[in-house]
Amino acid sequence: MSESTVTPPVSASPAKVSKVTEAVIRFAGNSQDGIQAIGGFLARLAGRSEQEVMTFMTIPSTISGGPSIFQVRIGSGEVLSAGDEADMLVAFYQHSYEDHIHSVRKGGIVLYDSDHVQVKPEWESEYRHVAVPISSRTIEAIGGTAKDKGKNLFTLGLVAKMFDLNLPKLERLITERFTGKDESVVKNAMMAFNAGYGFSLGNLFETFQFVESQKRDGHQVVMNGNEAMAYGLIAAGIRFGAAYPITPWSDIMELLRRELPKYGGTFVQCEDEIASISMAIGASWAGRVAVTGSSGPGISLKTEALGWAVMAEVPLVVCDIQRGGPSTGMPTSVEQSDLNIAVYGGHGDSPRVVLAPTSVEDCFYTAIEAVNIARKYSTPVVIISDQAIATRIEAFTEPNMEKVCQDISPDLTPVADYKPYPLNAPDGISPRIAPGTRIMSGKYPIATGLEHDEMGHPTGSPKLHTQMTARRRKKLQKLGSELPVPKIYGPPEGNILLVGWGSTEGPIREAVDRARAAGDSVSSVHIRHISPLPPGLENIFAGFNNVFVVEMNDEGLYGYGQLCGLLRARYCDPKIRGLTKTDGLTFRVREILDRAKANVAEGLRKM
Amino acid sequence: MSETIVQAPARGNITAVPAIELPGAERKPITKKDISADHPTWCPGCGDFSVLALYFKLMEKRKMLHEKITTIAGIGCSSRFPYFVQAHGAHYIHGRSLPFSSGVSLTRPDLHVFVFGGDGDAFSIGGNHVNHTARKNIKMTYVIMDNWVYGLTKKQTSPTSPLGFKSKTDTWGAMDQPINPMKQLISAGATFVARATHTNPNHLLQMMEAAMDHDGFSVIECLSECVEFYEGAFDSSNPRKGGKFELVPATHDVTDENAAYALAAAPFPGHFGIFYKNNRPTKNANEAKINAAAMAKVAGKKDWEILQATFNRLK
Ligand SMILES: Cc1ncc(C[n+]2csc(CCOP(=O)(O)OP(=O)(O)O)c2C)c(N)n1
Ligand code: SF4
Ligand SMILES: [Mg+2]
Repeated sequence: MSESTVTPPVSASPAKVSKVTEAVIRFAGNSQDGIQAIGGFLARLAGRSEQEVMTFMTIPSTISGGPSIFQVRIGSGEVLSAGDEADMLVAFYQHSYEDHIHSVRKGGIVLYDSDHVQVKPEWESEYRHVAVPISSRTIEAIGGTAKDKGKNLFTLGLVAKMFDLNLPKLERLITERFTGKDESVVKNAMMAFNAGYGFSLGNLFETFQFVESQKRDGHQVVMNGNEAMAYGLIAAGIRFGAAYPITPWSDIMELLRRELPKYGGTFVQCEDEIASISMAIGASWAGRVAVTGSSGPGISLKTEALGWAVMAEVPLVVCDIQRGGPSTGMPTSVEQSDLNIAVYGGHGDSPRVVLAPTSVEDCFYTAIEAVNIARKYSTPVVIISDQAIATRIEAFTEPNMEKVCQDISPDLTPVADYKPYPLNAPDGISPRIAPGTRIMSGKYPIATGLEHDEMGHPTGSPKLHTQMTARRRKKLQKLGSELPVPKIYGPPEGNILLVGWGSTEGPIREAVDRARAAGDSVSSVHIRHISPLPPGLENIFAGFNNVFVVEMNDEGLYGYGQLCGLLRARYCDPKIRGLTKTDGLTFRVREILDRAKANVAEGLRKM
Repeated sequence: MSETIVQAPARGNITAVPAIELPGAERKPITKKDISADHPTWCPGCGDFSVLALYFKLMEKRKMLHEKITTIAGIGCSSRFPYFVQAHGAHYIHGRSLPFSSGVSLTRPDLHVFVFGGDGDAFSIGGNHVNHTARKNIKMTYVIMDNWVYGLTKKQTSPTSPLGFKSKTDTWGAMDQPINPMKQLISAGATFVARATHTNPNHLLQMMEAAMDHDGFSVIECLSECVEFYEGAFDSSNPRKGGKFELVPATHDVTDENAAYALAAAPFPGHFGIFYKNNRPTKNANEAKINAAAMAKVAGKKDWEILQATFNRLK
């Protein structure tokens, strides 16, 4: 806090410029400091610079006042995960400094707000400390009543200078972000940014420059997974949705509520999750696939209605943005513990389709795939995303909009005759027709949750229940047989195969790269189609001595995570084993490797 | 609603309706025979029969296009309704027929949705959906077939069972204060609230027709006797059984919420007719207005171009 901690501006030019291929920077402060915004700017900048970018963030569980961090990894090459260790920590407060210094690699940089942070002498030899009076310089720069509100932009300026980021592009981003707001807002933002950029860090250490990244084809867009999923749903032709707010699902419903009217669509905030799924099913039955979504607790509430959609064979998309469970659990932490409810949730034999996107980009395309499967197979499709994908920002190649956008308006052309549940339908697949469609035979269908005959009328016939149950299963078996065989990352034979699903794809692949670089025989496969499973997995598993299913959930009563349990049931292969954790944090690359090695060492004892 | 011509295609949510080769006028009007399906599985003498018969009559009278008849229900004896109507229909889950129907209503302005269900479906498991459908004022007609008992599950207490009713779950007599359907619906914000009974078919038909013509969430509580588990429940409302069928007084102002509430306080058998009605805009209309404004801003653009414009801002 004292004047003496301010770094004296010794020289205007920095000492040394080092070329780097990537940098991991962690910002730590409180939620009201606008830390997420710094991350957003950097992500967007990287996207516009054709650099690969991936970010990781945690959101505080309280609305204001809680600690908040944002970690960004910017690279010139392919960035797979948010990075295990940070190259630099920007610490706004004492707690940020003390809680996060250990996430920095030894020798890394700790840039701290000298107005708030008291350096611990024992850490000074391990990390390169850089003192900047962030708060007072921000106040100085903006002045007036804003207090230290522009701290984030001041910091962005500092970082821009240190990493020689593209100044005009950043300035444009800031202006764009605040357009529409009061002019003084843009002015203050720019003043804070420029003060940071102009702040002399002295000649205490080097600055950095990213090596040129490879040119990619097409433009990059930058967004988080929830945004990608919502826009994917719009591209897929979804024009109606209904939901009840819950973190981290709410972003999707808020976005759809805002955007759908442009397309003539509607999103309804309902009184609860049962009403939400019911309204979506009603809209789907009325002719156009609709969407509902939630997280943990809300998904539990939806299961009875989901079973109706299975029974009545009404297409539907349900998004589950997983968070830590059970019950209210850990609302702002990541977990992959809803696989079982997605696949099996609800009473009775109720097979449905379950898809798990692996990245932000994949959220966009999975949404489209879900809609198309729901339509083709007349089935509900559950998309299980998670808090990590939902909130992290990635840049990806812009989709060819004209090509991916589809019109799924119902066809109300009269038909001669129609059976909603035909027993002799090829592969059990029965197409829907919507109310309002004239049926010339005069025989109209009923959509029902009671076991029924081919027209949808109730039956207690043992034979029909057997036949209809089989039909609902067979159509999904057909889908399963048509799915693409997952691609192996790394050689098709070896010692260890890491199997993953969902948001862990990046760290798992990086683990493979790192292990192979060190001479270990590790490959991985990522499963996007959770139910039905894709064909060919048994052949893939056959190529390895050990198969470890990496997932962020509990090892369960019998020692396997949720996907692992499914794979063991399906393939009866004792070498398939679990690699799970439940700390509510994303997997670190090192964690995966250490655990895999320990598992191998432990051998098959723990079976 | 002499809407016999198919509506013009519209964009987005509002489903594109292809021009059907036969304009309504050239088609033979539907008959009761066309629209009756399975023989109802209700017990002989069940009040629900007359509600069904009058629904057929209404469809006939209004010369509905066969394919436009949309019948939706929850679970219960009364909720079996859609199976007995030869038309597009859905038999949904217990208590949730209103949100299901809302999904239909909000996306298909060319259909008039009729919803049927029991007192348990409406006021117990589905109670909160009644409140919210009413407050949102989603266009549809809802007929609650109130028999003061759970019929399908064989005589448990219902939320409308009067105090003292001996059911299998209250063998010593119901002790929980019953719901007053009229009060409940008025205070929830339903924009058309009426009361009828299966023993007065002409009046019930009148009510159903008025409900159908109401632009909003129209609800009828129709007393519908369960001869199996609550025989004689409504005798005091039936002149043929020595009771009294008293209409809502001609002087009653249906737009006066307090007057409607006072009317609802009359002890059984009370009054029959329209208790309350107002013309508050529907959610259907409110959403359409928002859409019209949003779509005007992107007029002339294809859907993919609208999304492209959004993505251009995400670079
Ligand atoms: C979730 C759920 N809970 C319970 C039931 C069992 N159940 C079916 S109908 C019903 C009550 C029916 O009473 P009401 O709604 O008054 O209809 P009625 O049979 O009297 O016409 C119950 C409890 C069910 N089908 N689903
Ligand atoms: S049990 Fe009662 S409500 Fe059900 S069909 Fe029989 S008489 Fe009607
Ligand atoms: Mg009842």
